[in-house]
Amino acid sequence: MSIRERLSGNEAIAVAMRQINPDVVAAFPITPSTEIPQYFSQFVSNGQVQTEFVAVESEHSAMSACIGAQAAGARTMTATSANGLALMWEMLYIASAMKLPITLSCVNRALSGPLNIHNDHSDSMGARDSGWIQLYSETNQEAYDNLLQAIRIAEHKDVQLPVMVCQDGFITSHAVENIELLEDEKVKEFVGEYKPDHYLLNHKEPIAVGPLDLPAHCFEHKREQAQSMINAKKVILEVAKEFEKLTGRKYEYFEKYNLDDAEIAIVIINSSAGTAKTVVDKLRDNGIKAGLLKIRMFRPFPADEIAEALKNVKALAVMDKAESYSAIGGPVGAEVKSALYGKADGIKVLNYIYGLGGRDVRADDIEEVYNSLMDIVKTGQIGEIYRYVGVRG
Amino acid sequence: MRGKAKEMTPEVTWQEITPGGTIYEPGNAEGYKTGDWRSMRPVWIEEKCTQCMLCPPVCPDTAIPVKDSKRLDFDYDHCKGCGVCFKVCPFDAIDFIKEEDKEE
Repeated sequence: MSIRERLSGNEAIAVAMRQINPDVVAAFPITPSTEIPQYFSQFVSNGQVQTEFVAVESEHSAMSACIGAQAAGARTMTATSANGLALMWEMLYIASAMKLPITLSCVNRALSGPLNIHNDHSDSMGARDSGWIQLYSETNQEAYDNLLQAIRIAEHKDVQLPVMVCQDGFITSHAVENIELLEDEKVKEFVGEYKPDHYLLNHKEPIAVGPLDLPAHCFEHKREQAQSMINAKKVILEVAKEFEKLTGRKYEYFEKYNLDDAEIAIVIINSSAGTAKTVVDKLRDNGIKAGLLKIRMFRPFPADEIAEALKNVKALAVMDKAESYSAIGGPVGAEVKSALYGKADGIKVLNYIYGLGGRDVRADDIEEVYNSLMDIVKTGQIGEIYRYVGVRG
Repeated sequence: MRGKAKEMTPEVTWQEITPGGTIYEPGNAEGYKTGDWRSMRPVWIEEKCTQCMLCPPVCPDTAIPVKDSKRLDFDYDHCKGCGVCFKVCPFDAIDFIKEEDKEE
């Protein structure tokens, strides 16, 4: 029997970490993820976990300590947001290139500037090419479930990559909602023990990690790393199936909401999907064939599956809670359009930027997007494809 | 999979190479001859050397071998020519010359 609780997203992550009981946590506080290491350090002080908690002096140091600890053979976790993630930047690439299955809870916040502590996805979207697997979470439940699965995905022999589990700052991280937790023993059994084949503290096999890698070999290492990301697709589904058996909660690459017969649809990530679902319900009540696709797995990117899921849609809006300053749209828009090319041509695709810097995303905003899609279907005219919604002016 | 440094030949494929470049044996730096980076060259003047032992510990590349409590001539396979030993020697027993001026 699972445990019914009421927790914020940050509490849910901290509880998951307590149940995972990692060997090392190295973290530095930054709003809105601060509570995660704060709650977790209480578990350490109370003796509820056996974790070595490293209170570092910066996020660069946090990720550096995670890399050292994971290479030593320790299961290692951390949490951060926004500029904290940005300060980890060079170490994110090193963690993935060294094939270290670190797990990071990213509580999405706008990356300064202008200085802003509220939610958008500019932090993790900026890290999308750092070689980390990225899972996104609509609710506290999904954040909890994704983190438990992240351990298994990261440490799988065919993957060995770090995983970032993202949730929306404040909206999810600080809102208390109902949640179903697994019992401690079940989590322990599900995540198992971390048993790397090669690790620095193994006195029987001294090894060298992170050596100089010149043109004769670096290219081969990058290709090997790319294969791990390709392999992760299969592993993510396998782990999800096992998790479903344990919990009854089903996870895939993305969630389809009223999508199968939809004529108009939006693609969206994280908490705003909840708002958008209520709009879909309202439109459906009015006989409008509206649907939604919520991306859970952004890295690796499920291009073929997304093209298949969207192929019958007439007009589509891809929602981006981050700019990429390409002057043609945001990062999710670029990926989705690239996925559709040659596989689901003819769909009229808009790319909306929404909710930057924590601008409230209301049902009305989402409805405005669906209304634009309806106009496109009706008139056949698409107009400007790179749009903003919810901005004044 | 190839895991030893000597197995990492220029022919090794991506399928055979170790994840993250990890080498499954220690002491690999010795196999990488950094001496060819050198533009300046320390020269040991044995007759002036008092064997005071100030120079071996300051060498960042362990390129001053020591045997029976006495330093030997430089290990030019690994000396990068930084000149720290030349700076530290109180007896002018180490000269520091341009690599191209070395006596053959």
